[in-house]
Amino acid sequence: MPTGERETIGTHLKESGVSRRSFLQLCSKIIIAAPIGLSLTRRATAAQVARIVGKARRPSVIWLHFQDCTGCTETLLRTSAPDVAHLILDVISLDYHETLMAASGAQAEAALRSAIEENAGKYVLVVEGSIPTRDDGVYMELGSRPAIQVVKEVAGQAAAVIAIGSCASWGGVPSADPNPTGAVGVDSVISGKPIINLPGCPPNPYNLLAVVLEYATMGRLPELDEFHRPRFAYDRVIHENCPRRAHFDAGRFAAAFGDEGHRKGWCLYKLGCKGPVTHAACATRHFNELPGVWPIGTGVPCVGCTEKGVVWQMSTVETVPIHLATPPDTYPPIYSTAGQLKVGAGALVGAIAGAVGGAAWVASQRFQSSTEAGVVRVAADIAHAEKLKAKPASKAVAHSDDRKED
Amino acid sequence: MAITRRQLFTGIAKAGVPAAVAVTVGTDALLAGEPIPVPSAAVGLLYDASICIGCKACVAACAEANDTPPDTRGDELHQAPNDLNDLTRNVIKLYKPEDGSAFSFVKRQCMHCLDPACAAGCPFQALHKDPESGVVSWTAEKCIGCRYCTITCPYHIPRFQWMGFNPRVTKCELCSHRLEKGLKPGCTSVCPTGAVIFGPRSVLLLDAKQRIKNNPGRYYQNRVYGEIDNGGTQALYLSKVPFEKLGLPELGPESVPARTLRWQRRFYQYFALPALLYAGLVQVIRKSLKGHEQEAHEREKETGLRAQL
Repeated sequence: MPTGERETIGTHLKESGVSRRSFLQLCSKIIIAAPIGLSLTRRATAAQVARIVGKARRPSVIWLHFQDCTGCTETLLRTSAPDVAHLILDVISLDYHETLMAASGAQAEAALRSAIEENAGKYVLVVEGSIPTRDDGVYMELGSRPAIQVVKEVAGQAAAVIAIGSCASWGGVPSADPNPTGAVGVDSVISGKPIINLPGCPPNPYNLLAVVLEYATMGRLPELDEFHRPRFAYDRVIHENCPRRAHFDAGRFAAAFGDEGHRKGWCLYKLGCKGPVTHAACATRHFNELPGVWPIGTGVPCVGCTEKGVVWQMSTVETVPIHLATPPDTYPPIYSTAGQLKVGAGALVGAIAGAVGGAAWVASQRFQSSTEAGVVRVAADIAHAEKLKAKPASKAVAHSDDRKED
Repeated sequence: MAITRRQLFTGIAKAGVPAAVAVTVGTDALLAGEPIPVPSAAVGLLYDASICIGCKACVAACAEANDTPPDTRGDELHQAPNDLNDLTRNVIKLYKPEDGSAFSFVKRQCMHCLDPACAAGCPFQALHKDPESGVVSWTAEKCIGCRYCTITCPYHIPRFQWMGFNPRVTKCELCSHRLEKGLKPGCTSVCPTGAVIFGPRSVLLLDAKQRIKNNPGRYYQNRVYGEIDNGGTQALYLSKVPFEKLGLPELGPESVPARTLRWQRRFYQYFALPALLYAGLVQVIRKSLKGHEQEAHEREKETGLRAQL
């Protein structure tokens, strides 16, 4: 690749013999991948997008691998039609990619250096894999230099950094407990550069393509959320657009793998689906251009691969809370049955009433009835009165006795 | 001549009774049958059950507009209130008869009555009807938690927060906070079919009558529930199925507070009933006193002691 002005995407495609039809198909897929949130895809038709993309210079992309499984690269290449993968590689100028290039060893090192020098300040750095930080980053070295040093060096001259996959975004698999290498995402080691995280294991390659083309054609990056994820792909949770959502709302859940509900395609929530907390566009942007080829589509609960706090932190069978509960597919009756006395409550009320009644009866036995009390009182009065009547008489007798003695 | 205590109290009672009769019977408040005024800028809702599709967008929007968490106490997964409750000001219910005849959804929220029974029952005016917009709302500062409003309302709309140390009364307040900002109530802003619409009551009433006129035989009794029911309400209903089936009772044109007042006035008319009651009480006391005196006298005779009264 000669230095200076790069050729436009349009001329390159023409030279490579790519048909206009397949280019338009790719552009329509970008529109589908990013229907909102990108100024590039705000156009009405694929032809309009194609016109803009065709005029743009091919963006230079340097792709670095760290602690990864190369799954993100594979998802870029494993499109359902081989055409598409080639097309993507024709649209972007992938100037350095360890998996795809023939060179190795010192030759590869030289290729990286020249790619950086030729496009200094203009290239997009795509990072795949997490960066080990423990023990001065000795757990991964490239050309005798720790990974952390390499990524800092290459990112230093980049226009923007795209972290592809969960590993590069926040640590991914290598950062799972006990995280022996101290693996972290790119945004933990790089500062001062725009960083776009595309978490996912793997993420949809169209998200990468849309971000890169937005930068190449419009010269700017898409709107990001607080985790530096582009809003066009990560603004909603899987649950919101899930094809099985109707079953969730109707309360039809698969209870076990292979049971009747599972075979009928019912909701996988109770099997541990993390869709309600996982921000990703898997439900609407198909992998490999095929509908249904994603976990929930094949009957496997979502594991929440894009979410740092979910995928390696929660058990796969654990259910997640529903943050934004919405109405179900059922209705309350006109006259609700709420407030009916339950058996337990009824028994309790009965027990209390019985105890109070029993106590009252026992207490009543210790007192006289009012009639008895009245009779006793009257009898006492009469006795007292008779005593008084009798007293003066006895006194008189005593006096007479005194007189007798006198 | 010195006046004894007994004479003083008797005198006061004798003078007081005619005075009370004169004051009470002569008060204007006893003149029955004044018409219920419609607030000057009465707003309201028109809900047409025949075009509601039961999507419950209004239920979710209501909770969002009022900043209440969704009621997930049913299954922990869905916002599935069983009825109106302390978290639910608006609910969609389903009337589905067993015999397979016509079913209908119904949206239940406060009717914003022209003469609200909840406000009439509230001893501290915590429930209050706005004199301009006619919105019936609840004020936390005035509420004593007596729950009279939840009992007096013929539609069973205000709901008490049973679980809570500082409980609230929850009811639809027609999103007054949104109306102030020039927004529509939450429910009407999201309804996809226009089954519930917001507007001035007079306009909604005309709209409803126009619908009845344009679709003869479509609506139950060809009438708008709330035009005169319970003295008139600011939430108006149209339905294909009988209103009672949707939980809207036939209350007649007289409002619940007016009916209670009518009976209360009858009790006090010409002060006849209280006077009769007073006379009866006097008779009972006299008789009972006489009996006691007799008994005391006999006891005295028998024992030779003065009875201690």
